[in-house]
Amino acid sequence: MTSLKLNLGPQHPSTHGVLRLILELEGELITRCEPDVGYLHRGMEKMAEKLSYIQYLPLVDRIDYLAGFFYSELLCRNIEKALSLELSPRVKAIRVMLLELNRISSHLLWIGAFLMDLGAVSPFFYAFREREVILKYFEKISGQRMMNNYFVFGGVRNDIFDIEEIERFLEILPHKLDDYESIITDNLIFKKRTVGKGVLDPKIALNFGITGPNLRASGVGYDTRKKDSLYEGFSFSPIVLGNQDSWTRYKIRILEIHESIRIITQAIEKIKANPELNNNFINPLNIVLPEGEYYSEIEAPRGVASCYIKSDGKKSPYRLKWRTGSYYAVNLLRKLLVGEYLNDAIAIAGSLDIILPEVDK
Amino acid sequence: MNYLYFLYIEFLAKHNIPKIFGDITFYVIPACIIFVALILVILVLVLFERKLLGWFTQRKGPNRVGFWGVLQTLADAFKLLCKENITPIGADRAVFNLAPIIMFLPVLIALGLIPFSSEFTFMNFQTNVLIYVILATFPVLSILLAGWASNNKYSLIGGVRNVAQILAYELPISFTVLSVIVLASSMNLTQITLAQSNQYGVLGWYWFPCIIGFGLMLICTLAELNRCPFDLPEAESELIAGYNTEYSGMRFALFYLSEYGMLFANSLFISVLFLGGYLSPFGKYLSPILFSGPVGNILIYFEQAFWLFAKSFLIIFIFIWVRATLPRLASFDLLKFSWNILLPLSIVNLLLMSLLKFFVGGVYA
Repeated sequence: MTSLKLNLGPQHPSTHGVLRLILELEGELITRCEPDVGYLHRGMEKMAEKLSYIQYLPLVDRIDYLAGFFYSELLCRNIEKALSLELSPRVKAIRVMLLELNRISSHLLWIGAFLMDLGAVSPFFYAFREREVILKYFEKISGQRMMNNYFVFGGVRNDIFDIEEIERFLEILPHKLDDYESIITDNLIFKKRTVGKGVLDPKIALNFGITGPNLRASGVGYDTRKKDSLYEGFSFSPIVLGNQDSWTRYKIRILEIHESIRIITQAIEKIKANPELNNNFINPLNIVLPEGEYYSEIEAPRGVASCYIKSDGKKSPYRLKWRTGSYYAVNLLRKLLVGEYLNDAIAIAGSLDIILPEVDK
Repeated sequence: MNYLYFLYIEFLAKHNIPKIFGDITFYVIPACIIFVALILVILVLVLFERKLLGWFTQRKGPNRVGFWGVLQTLADAFKLLCKENITPIGADRAVFNLAPIIMFLPVLIALGLIPFSSEFTFMNFQTNVLIYVILATFPVLSILLAGWASNNKYSLIGGVRNVAQILAYELPISFTVLSVIVLASSMNLTQITLAQSNQYGVLGWYWFPCIIGFGLMLICTLAELNRCPFDLPEAESELIAGYNTEYSGMRFALFYLSEYGMLFANSLFISVLFLGGYLSPFGKYLSPILFSGPVGNILIYFEQAFWLFAKSFLIIFIFIWVRATLPRLASFDLLKFSWNILLPLSIVNLLLMSLLKFFVGGVYA
């Protein structure tokens, strides 16, 4: 049988963003998969070398527009580490709350998009309905729905308010999640399309540098939040499931939302216990990092994200490097899609939660 | 229909027009009526589906063009008419242009076979059912041609998938239809409708004795219409738009029209086979009670058509509900599902119906 070369993307309506997969098919069986990235490359790392740190700060939200808080947190954290700025307890609690809200909104969007890949339309709208509440709150406190640019070196831009809104939302969210589960989780067709599909062996996952929910769905309990200084004093347990397939990767995200709700409730308690904001600002115009290397990492919704800065003692970094979870997931498609059918290709790629701006940077 | 035919010939004879003219034109008029009615119904149907999908997903649906969005479909149709017809490079021009037409024609013919009321079947053959089942498979030819002629790999895969799908789902449909034919002892849709009118009222309709067949028919019709969860040939997340990826403008509109036309025709067909066609669910027609005299007698025909339309829209509502709820099946599961479960089930159903007919024959004669 002659093979058919199929160019999936970058203008395909349902590859997430501008992902291009060059597939070789025999019938509908995929024999080779070559991911091609870079259609959304904006030179995020190169730009940093020309800009001062405060100029660069608004840009980093754009690395992953669905989880912008995580990237500004990373940059802030590096600079706070380098200049030994201490954060007040309230700022820490606010940051944790917003990060986890951001994780929830990101996971909700993923649930919608994944079900859309499988051909179910409604969950997309249901998930967006809940996500809307979070985005409205972000807009209220920071002025923007996404790419908030809210964290600054040494604190947050403004104090937060209207926490009751979030408390009310956290009360209804578990019920909404149960609603999703009742139409998705045990749906026969959904199970047929996800159980046993895209099995990710933990060894392969570790070798390919997969982190985050995808890795934890393969039975490896690696969650950097556990050793994160920001999350000190919060009680939560990383969720680890061992079935390794697409269905597990779906289930783990639902459970992670529940876990995030737990963390946010604790964060709100801390915010209420510490009414003083106490930002520890420095003059942002002449931030100079002492010569040396700085590194920080965080558990983003799509795996471990980290930021490495090499400074030569000038106003802008000598070299800045981002590590993002999706980049490694795209590389994994090379391995995961071979031997699957075209039907499942999009479903498996979707289950890895790939966000293209994060891949291309 | 004979009644209408004689009325027509009489009307022409009064005006001294030869009978041969009447014989020829009599069959043109219904075709025109069907065409216009079909377009109107599709306009309503598309709005119906979009509104319902909107409500299912907590949206408002179209609500800008016209009052309550009623003119939305009209605006869309007008937009499609104004668009450029693009033929891709390397496409087989003749076949590419022919495919949408082949898709649309069987819909028109199929609608002519449905008894809209006791006197109103445009083409009343003794083997209506058989002709309908054959016509209903016609779109697959057009889809294969469209997929092949487009010179696009996505179209090709969509077309090939469709052939496999229709082959798998046509057999259960045939066996199910056969079980209804056994129950009614007739291949004529009007006869089948009349066979369902008995003293049991709604329970006398064939959905009750043939409940397995009714379920099978709903599932298989979904597959035949390429609707969710069997919309593989147009699986948007994999194949963009499947076989009609390369079509634009009026040609695309023809595909769209015939898809909805076929949806309407098939729902009418199911209503006739299982939900008593034009029979009233109350056992007797309401119009003679409400309006006395000749008006009531004429209104009966409209009432019968109303019941048929109501039943078919009920079925369409179920289809839309399914679309709003379920994800799509994978292609191999889809074929397995048909060959392993639906086909044996439909044969068992046929057997059961034959036994029912043999032993309880009196009731369902």
